[in-house]
Amino acid sequence: MIAFWLLAPVMVVCALGMVVVRKAVHSAMLLAVVMVSLAVLYAAQDAPFLFAVQIIVYTGAVLMLFLFVLMLVGVDSSDSMVETLRGLRVAAVVVGVVFAVLLVAGVTQATYGAALGLEAANEDGNVSGVAQLLFSKYVFAFEVTSALLITAALGAMLLAHRERLTPKATQRDMARQRMRDYAERGVHPGPLPSPGMLARHNAVDTPALLPDGTPSELSISRVMRARGTVRDVSQDKLIATEIEGATKQLEAGRTHDTQNERTER
Amino acid sequence: MSVTPFLVLSALLFSIGAIGVLVRRNAIVVFMCVELMLNASNLAFVAFARQHGNLDGQIAAFFVMVVAAAEVVVGLAIIMTIFRTRRSASVDDASLLKY
Repeated sequence: MIAFWLLAPVMVVCALGMVVVRKAVHSAMLLAVVMVSLAVLYAAQDAPFLFAVQIIVYTGAVLMLFLFVLMLVGVDSSDSMVETLRGLRVAAVVVGVVFAVLLVAGVTQATYGAALGLEAANEDGNVSGVAQLLFSKYVFAFEVTSALLITAALGAMLLAHRERLTPKATQRDMARQRMRDYAERGVHPGPLPSPGMLARHNAVDTPALLPDGTPSELSISRVMRARGTVRDVSQDKLIATEIEGATKQLEAGRTHDTQNERTER
Repeated sequence: MSVTPFLVLSALLFSIGAIGVLVRRNAIVVFMCVELMLNASNLAFVAFARQHGNLDGQIAAFFVMVVAAAEVVVGLAIIMTIFRTRRSASVDDASLLKY
């Protein structure tokens, strides 16, 4: 039972962090910690089948689905900290704490007697014990579950599907649009500048430098600008002039040396 | 080991999840808090299974997991659809029924 006393504080802290932390991705990671710890607690309570299911279904499938949706919705969609209802946050915390105190008081007041333990039930192994119950006493619930899963899959497909209302733009249409933009608004018809052109790094977060040293806005993806992960290249121009000066000095020194050699000769 | 510490932990996790549901505005985080509450109840089920010496509690926890998986699939699809039409994942923005 060392596992319990080690994991319980970690789980409570991670659960609190999940509620408090601002970014949704961090919440998801903290939830993963709680779920894996829960799996270990299942294993410690003679439930190896649930241990495996918890890790496979919860941390494997459900949490990955959460992360997928977070990526689609946008990682930077963090909560606004503005309260829409005045005093909601304080009231919610008070209600939650009172609820927790009530639950804990109720749970600790009751006497349960000694735990019977699962040695007898797990005689043929936990998996076969669970299977025998699942396919005899709970077989109807099990069958209904299959209907539920099919409905959920159908519902997800229906909700995630988007009907195309306009015909798909062909390459011909896109070329025509591009030339029209050039004629009407003077938009450059060629490809956009690639990131890192003439800059010190060729990573996608480095904007291309124009001949006068200013960064090109077009060379950076809109998404990276929204996330604020674009590298600052204002320093690069200074470094570039520094390097230029150094090379000039070196070249001057070289010509000086050769002149010296000539005079020595 | 007695069953009480597990139940206390379960109650704490459940209340933390409930606070999260009430406090957070991001629909995905609210959903994660609901998952935390389901997990907390699962812990109580498993603890009681050991207390009573039969596997019915574990079966209940198993069914909770199945239903939670189905619920997450549909819920996240709904969140995706709302995000697509309203460009926001905040639970406060979807308030058209109020008017």
